[in-house]
Parts: sequence; C-alpha cells; structure tokens
Amino acid sequence: MIAPTDVSSALQILLLATLALPVVGALVVALMPARLDRGARIVATAFAAVTFVVAALLALPTTRDFGWFDYGGTGAPPVAPWAEVDLAWVPALGIDFHVGVDGISYPLVVLTGLLTLLCCGYTVWKVPAGGSGRTLAALLLVLEAGILGTFLALDLVLFFVFFEVVLLPMYAVIAGWGGPERRRAARKFVLYTLFGSVLLLLGVFTVVAAAGTGDLLALAGGYGLSRTTQCVAFALFAVAFAVKAPLWPLHTWLPDAHTEAPTVGSVILAGVLLKMGTYGLIRVGVGVAPEGAAWAAPVLGILAAAAIIAGSLVCLRQTELKRLIAYSSVGHMGFVLLGIATLTVTGVQAALIGNVAHGVITGLLFFLAGAIKDRAHTGDLAGLGGLRESAPRLAGLLGFAAIASLGLPGLAGFWGEAFAVVAAVERGGPLWITLAVVAAVGGALTATYFLRLLRRVTHGPATGAVTGIPGVAPAEWLAWSPLILLTLVVGLVPALVLAAGADPVAALTGALR
Amino acid sequence: MTAEVLMPLLAGVPLLLGLAGLLLPPGDGGRDGRRRAATVGVAGAALALLITVVLLVVVAEPVGVTHRWATFGDLPVTLGFSLGKAELYVALAVTVVALFVQIYSVTYLHDDPRYAPYAAQVSLFTGAMLLVVSADDLILLLVGWEVMGACSYLLIGHDRRLPEAPAAAVKAFVVTRVGDVGFLLGIAWLGVSAGSFRISDVLADSGVPTVALLLVLAGVAGKSAQFPLHTWLPDAMAGPTPISALIHAATMVAAGVYVVFRLFPLFAQSPAALAVLGVMASITLLLGALAATAQDDLKRVLAWSTVSQIGYMTGALAVGAPAAALFHLLTHAAFKALLFLAAGAVIHAVGTNLMSRMGGLRTSMPVTFWSFVVGLGALAGVPPLAGFWSKENVLVAAAHATEGEGPAPVWVGWVVWLAALTGVAITAWYATRLLLRTFFGHPRSRDDRWSLGFDDAFYEESADPVPHDPPGLMRWPVVLLGIPAVLLGLAAFLPGFRSALELDQPHLEVSILLPMALLVLGASSAWWLWQAAPGVDPAKALGRLRPWFAAGFRLDDLQNRLIVRPVRALAQGVRLTDERVVDAAVEGTGTSATRLGTVLEAAHRAALPRAAVAVFTGALLLGVVAAIYGAAS
Repeated sequence: MIAPTDVSSALQILLLATLALPVVGALVVALMPARLDRGARIVATAFAAVTFVVAALLALPTTRDFGWFDYGGTGAPPVAPWAEVDLAWVPALGIDFHVGVDGISYPLVVLTGLLTLLCCGYTVWKVPAGGSGRTLAALLLVLEAGILGTFLALDLVLFFVFFEVVLLPMYAVIAGWGGPERRRAARKFVLYTLFGSVLLLLGVFTVVAAAGTGDLLALAGGYGLSRTTQCVAFALFAVAFAVKAPLWPLHTWLPDAHTEAPTVGSVILAGVLLKMGTYGLIRVGVGVAPEGAAWAAPVLGILAAAAIIAGSLVCLRQTELKRLIAYSSVGHMGFVLLGIATLTVTGVQAALIGNVAHGVITGLLFFLAGAIKDRAHTGDLAGLGGLRESAPRLAGLLGFAAIASLGLPGLAGFWGEAFAVVAAVERGGPLWITLAVVAAVGGALTATYFLRLLRRVTHGPATGAVTGIPGVAPAEWLAWSPLILLTLVVGLVPALVLAAGADPVAALTGALR
Repeated sequence: MTAEVLMPLLAGVPLLLGLAGLLLPPGDGGRDGRRRAATVGVAGAALALLITVVLLVVVAEPVGVTHRWATFGDLPVTLGFSLGKAELYVALAVTVVALFVQIYSVTYLHDDPRYAPYAAQVSLFTGAMLLVVSADDLILLLVGWEVMGACSYLLIGHDRRLPEAPAAAVKAFVVTRVGDVGFLLGIAWLGVSAGSFRISDVLADSGVPTVALLLVLAGVAGKSAQFPLHTWLPDAMAGPTPISALIHAATMVAAGVYVVFRLFPLFAQSPAALAVLGVMASITLLLGALAATAQDDLKRVLAWSTVSQIGYMTGALAVGAPAAALFHLLTHAAFKALLFLAAGAVIHAVGTNLMSRMGGLRTSMPVTFWSFVVGLGALAGVPPLAGFWSKENVLVAAAHATEGEGPAPVWVGWVVWLAALTGVAITAWYATRLLLRTFFGHPRSRDDRWSLGFDDAFYEESADPVPHDPPGLMRWPVVLLGIPAVLLGLAAFLPGFRSALELDQPHLEVSILLPMALLVLGASSAWWLWQAAPGVDPAKALGRLRPWFAAGFRLDDLQNRLIVRPVRALAQGVRLTDERVVDAAVEGTGTSATRLGTVLEAAHRAALPRAAVAVFTGALLLGVVAAIYGAAS
C-alpha cells in the first residue's frame, strides 16, 4: 500500500517531467548532427511518446478515493488541483513557479501530448520542404513545452510566460516549412497574436498589482478584487484570448496561417494552440474576474454567435480546402465561446468537451487536407473531385472527419455544440434564447458547407489532379487512427472528458451564484 | 433480465456490425469480399430481427433500463432504453424491411464495386432507426435521428453514375438538418424544462410550452417529409431502389411520426401544436397525392405517395389518434416496401424508371405484376388489404374529432377529415394509372432515348429483350412482403395487437361507404381515361395543371428563390466583407504602420547642417520648457 504522500510526491515528479521532457528532447534533437536527421526525428518521437505517457499518468489520483476537491472550509482554495508543484521563482515580486493539473486542464494536456506525438511521428515519415526535419521536430517539442506549460501554469505571470513561449516556434514552423506565401502569413500570425499578448500582459499586471499575488488558485473566484478592476481585467483578458481562440472579428490571422502552414503546423495550431485561448478564458478570465465575466457575457455571447454564423457563411463560399477548414474552426470555436459566455456549468463543460473534440477532429481534418493537397498538388476545390473513385479510403476518411466535424451525434463534435445550445436555452431570457437559435441555425449551415465540400471533393468523376494518386500509407494510418478512434470514443463516452471537469467547473462558475 | 440485456443490443448489434462493415475493403473485393460484406450486412438485420422477436415474446409490460451517460451541470444524459409492445411492433417492421432490403440488395447491386460500404451503411441506418425506436432519452434519440440522416445522405449519394445523386443526397441531409435546428432547440427546451432528458421525465413535466412542441414539429416535418420540408424526398429517388424502400417504409420518414407518437402525451395538452400539425398534415396529404398524379417516373409516383401517406399518419396524430397513426405506419411499411422492391424489379428488367417507356409487363413479369396489384390495392385502401383498415381507422378518428372528441380543436378534425377523404379518391386515381401504364397495354420497344431519367438499375445491358421476373433473392422478399400487405390490416381484429396499440375495434358502419365510393370514383375515372384513349397518359386530363403537379407545385423553385439563393448571396457578401473589411483593416494597420515608419525614417535622414540645426532646436526647446517648468514650481 502506497502512502498518500508518496503518491503526491510521485505526481510532482511526473508533473515536472511533463514539462521538462519536451525541453530536454528539443535540446537533444537540435544538437544531433545533420547526417542523423532521420534518427533525430525518431528520437524526437520517442521523447514525445514518453511525454504523452507521463502526461496521461497524471490522472492517477482520480482513480483512487482522493480528496482532490474541497467544497468546505474558509480560506481553502476553491479549485484544488490533483497535483501541484509550487517553487519560489522571483520571491521579491511574489512570482512562483506554480504548476498543477486538474480536471479542466487534464484533457487538454493529454490532447497536446497526443497530437505532438502524432506530428513528430508524421515527420519521421515525411518532412515538408523548406528545412531540416530534425529542426522541425525540435520546434514541435518546444511548442509542446510551451503549450503544456500554459495548461499547467497556476501562476498568472508563469501562464503569461508560457503563453508567449509558444509564439516564436510556431512562427518558425510556418515561416520555415510553409507554402509559397509563408513569410507573410507567419508575420501576420506573430504580429496579430503579439497584439493580443500585450493586452494579456496588461491584464496580468492589472490583476497582480491589485491583488498582490499571481497565484491562480488564490485568485480564483475574484479574490475580493473590486468590480472595476475585474471588469478592466476581464476586458483585457477577453480581447487577448479572443485573438488566440480566435473569436470573430479578430480571426483573420487564422486562415492565412493555416493555409500556409505545413500539415503538422496546422494540426498543432488548430488542435491545441487555439485551445490556449479558450482555456485561458475559462481559467484566467472567468476564474480571476468572475464579475467582469458576468458583465461582459452578453457581448461575448453575441460575438460568439456572430462567429458561428460568419464562419459558416464564409465556408459556404470558400474555394480552398485548407482555408475552408480554417474558417470552420472560427465557427466551431464560436460554439465553445458561446458555451463559456453562458457562464453556466453546462456551458463551460460543453466548452471543455467542444475544445477537445475540435482538437481531435480538426487535427484529423488538417492531416487529411494536407494529404490530399500533397497528392493532388492543389487545394482548389474546383480542381479536386471524384476522390472516392481514385482513393476510396482517403475519401471515406475525409467523409468521416467532415461528418464528425458537422456535429453528428454519436461522434465527438456533437456534445460541445449541442450543449452550448442547451446551455444558452438553460440560461433563458430573450437574448440567450435568440443566441441559442442563431447557434442552432449555424449548426445547419455547418452541415451545408461540409456537405458542399464532400460533394466537390469526393463525388463526381475523378479530375486529372486526383487520378492515379497513391492510397493511404501505413505511416498515415498510424498517425490518423488514434484521432479516428478518439472521435468515436469521445462521442460514445463523453464522460471521459467531462467527469473530471465537473467539480472544478462548478467551483469556477460558483463564484457567480 | 433477458429484456434488459437485449434492449441495448437491439440497436447496438446492427450499429456495431455496420461499423465493422465499413472496415471491409471498399473496392471490388472479388467474390469473397462481396460475400463477407453481404454476410455482415444480412447478419446485422437478421440478428436485430431475432432480438425483436425474442423481446416480443418476453416483454409483456413496457420495460426500461437506464445507465448514466454524461452529466452537463445539473442535466443528466442517460443511456436509457424502454420498449413496450407498440414500440416492438415498430421495431419488427424496421427489422423485417431491413432484412429484406439487405437480401434484395445482394442481387440488385451484384456488380457494384462499392457494395461493401453500401451494405455497412444500410446496417448503420437500421441500427440508427432502432435506436430512435428504443431510446428512452431525448439525446440518445437524437443520436439515432441524426445518424439516420447521415446514412441517408451516404446512401442516396451512393450511385456514381447518376449526376443528380450527389445533389439529391446533399439536399436530403440539409433539408432535414434545417428541420433539426428546431428539433435540437425543442429537445433542449424540453430537457431544460424537465431538468432531465429522459423521455419518461419529460412526459411527466406539466409546464411544457407550446413553442417547444412546435420546434420539435419542425424536426418532425424535416424527417417525415412534411410540408414545407418535404422537398428532399422525391429527389431522394436518386438513391438505389432498395434504399428508397428502406427510407420510405420503415426508417427515416417513419421516425418523425414515431417521435410524435412517443411524445404524444405532451402534444395532447397543446391544442395549438395539434392544430399546426393538422394543417401541416392536410396540406402534405393533398400536395403529395396531387403531385403523384402527374409523375412519369415510377419511383417518383411512389415517393410522392409516401409524402401523402405520411400526411395520413400525422393527420391521425393531429386529431388525437396516435394508435391509428402507428397502425397506418405499420401497414404502410409493409405495402410501401413491397411496392418499392417490386418497382426495383421492374426497373431492373426494363432499364428505365419512366412509365412512358413501360407497358404490357403483366404477361412477362407475372409475380411482379401481382405484387404491384397487392401493393397498390393496399395503398389505395381496397378492402380487405392492409391499407384499407388502417386508413379507415384514420378516417374514423378524424370524423370523431369533428364531433369535438379528443384533444384537437373541432376545425382541425374537419380539415383533416376532408383532406383524408379527398386523398382517398386521388390515391385511387394515381394507383390505377400506375398499374395501367406499367403493366397493361402494349409493350413499348426500346430505342436510343431509352436510358434517360433515374436509371439507377442500369447494371445489366441485358441481351434478353423480353423483361422477366427477377431472380430468387430479389423475388422472395417481394413475395413475402405481400403477406403483411394483405393480412396486416386484419390484425386489428386481434385483441392482443389492439390493446398493444390501444387501437379501437374496427367498425364497419355506414360511414365506410363514403370513402369506398370515392375510391371507386378515383379508380374508375383513371381506368375510363386510359381505355378511352389507349396509349395516352391519363394525366393528360389534368391539362394545364399537369406540369404544375409534376413539378410538385414548384415548391423547389420557391425554396431555391427564397432560401438557397439568398443564403448563397449572403455568404458571398460575408466572405467579401471578411476579406475586404475585417481583414483589410488588419492588413491596413500593418501597411500604415510601415508607411508611418517610412515617413519618420525619411524625416530622420538628413545632412549634417540640417541635423545639427534640428539637434540645437530640440535642445533649446527642452531648455525653454525646463525653465518655464522651473519658474512655475
């Protein structure tokens, strides 16, 4: 029998390992000589695999009866993580290296580990033109470290640091391995998101200066900050995270970045990078400034509904495969943000599962779009067609991913979207009912544009571009099948994502009641 | 105990086998590949049928089983199943039709290289419908409901040689999805109002607002092809004929009616919702019947007749007779599956869908001919075939409602009753026309223009010039379906069946004479027109209304003009706004920053004298400011 203290210290080691492994891996891979390029990519994959396993093991405490959530007792933090590490970092400024994992962050941590692993594995098989494979793999690991840090950080300043760490490697991935317009797209991405970061920094210091601490656990629930401070802080946070998520109309960096990014870049970008925005909004925005969130919720909800409709309508007239999927992300993140904006437990939970589902499904979609573009040498919908004649498996997978993405019940995408609508109905009142109706209409439009996509790409006679293209390679099956399975499994067993998040979400939104 | 294990399996087995079937090689896997795919497909339907039969034997009272599935906030979502006798009869109809469709398809698609995914999708389709039938949770029901929509999309778009198939498939999914906007909102409303999505909890909720029920009705209209969302169904004929049988008989269109049946206690409390349903039903009933009179495509006649017959079912629901609706659903499943599978045999044999190219098939295809006689007779309501009894039930229920009995307003009773009576005559008319045009008269010879229209069975360029009855695997399902098409109506005399559906005893009173007279009138006028001018389409008598009816009252055009094109234009507008305003503003910030930088940079580029002057001026200014500031403080 293991004593609880042993468990928690073991968990602390796991937690630190989750962050350290990708960094070490990136260093090792980057230092390997150029002639061992393939070997370096395999080493990167191994590091990603170990990180994934370690990250997955963080759920161990939930399997036993562990007091990881504490309702009662004054002074006790309302959100208690399963495992945490709290080291003094800059004591003079009250900044700690405080990381921890709970039910809100855990699914995203695992998703990050999984997608990085799949992307690293994919680079072993295929390196996009533009640079050396091991550098790309190393950058992917740095990205992973930054993203994991963002999800694990429990200190506001630390959160900001990790949030920023992600920016440059992503810039390098797009600018180094992207399409013909890569430099422009990468510049736009980095400048636009930096603009968001400036606001985030302002928000962080507004809060830290007013509260005297950056500890997210202490700050959760408002920490007695004045209403004005909360409103200012939330407004700053909301815009900063809205750029990242992205929320219409702050989304225009996304289509360019996605269209130009290499396949693995798109997968990470859509799969987990955008989630930093929505996660931040839940953890930092709603958590630290609940009153501000309540004040801004109607605006956020209206913008989210507008994003759903605008994203879908743009997709309906979109002519480029990857651009279309990028815009579909705008619509899907609109559902996630609508869920958050309701500020109900139902809505935030819907947002959490919507986040994960979007990461899995859109990751798969970008893998498939990349595969099609690489084979046909065009992403223009007019030039594609009849894929099911020349590559039936690829067409079948695209059909599956598209149908999952349009929110078919029984697959992962359904829960987040349907329950965002349910949460808006639950919230009640003319405004939220209207938003629910608009979001539901957006659901129908989503179906329309995805079916239009399928009709263009898979049906009809095979065009010259797709004739004689190779089928799905074993390495691709290896990279895709986890995502296919997860789409099905999360759809059938939503509790996998939801169960652990229920109590922390209730605690976070509890401050509003 | 048995029941609790078997209930989830009822839908689960075909769904799992369908998923497994999708993993089989999609290309032409040779004989073995086809055989494997066929085995998996047929096994799914057969096992589901077996489970249904076992459940029918063991289940006496309605049983249920519930597992926690997920919890969103305070709202639990359950994996709940509940089945009573009535639900099991529907499941029986579904599984029987699905089994016959699977068997029939083995031959019908014998040279289709994409048979394996087809068979798997039929299994998924069946499983999804069984999920709708057995679900005791609205969210679970929605899963089945939408999976069915997706499968219908895949199957309608199956045929690669039909240019119209992909468009028809998209239309079917999108139109039903538009209805589902309402359905989802309605479910959300019901669930939030009851604090649970379990149907038994929702039914116990007393304060359900009418608007939630109307929203649910929107979804029902989409799935069950009710006006104004019926437009997808005739186009869905682009799917292979067995799929038409599946969609029209037991799944998909039946789902909407079934959901209203399941939720009927809620509808019974809301006369307004029933009134909307009644008006919708009456319009659909007449619209479908009239449109059926002018079609030249054999399958389209049957498709429009489905629209019309579903109108009878929703009409029965509207006048407060869910039992009559369910009874008609069951008999309709039998005779419509029979008709479609027999139509497939005709199309298979002659290589076209168009009745103007058929004729005189009675002698060469006797089995198919007699199947059609039975099926069309049941459709028209000729006693003692199945359709007669169920339609009689609907008419009696409507007549009762005109006397103010039941939950529906009196005027709704009148509207439904009159529409249903008129429908009897029109149905008889087009059924007679179909029979005469296809099987009587002279056989028409083939010519070059032969292969036009929805020729989905153009597999065999048969060297045999004489059409013939189909081979065994296609013939037996048709023949066997003839049995319920004849006898199922008589089940109304079995007390066990009646009590399961809570059906009234059939009463053969004087009131029966009016529909009978209308039936004779419709049939004989079609016959008279046909024999007066042999070889001429009786639909010619419709005169200038004919193209109007043939185009389904041009509602497609209307839908195109009012919805499709505006949405497309709006989308174009939004896309342009996104690129030229939203994105341009962002890009503009970048370029103007660069430009500003260029200007400043140019200003800083100066020769030494000017630079020196600038520095001294700056120093002077600062000095002055400092002096003033110092003096002031």
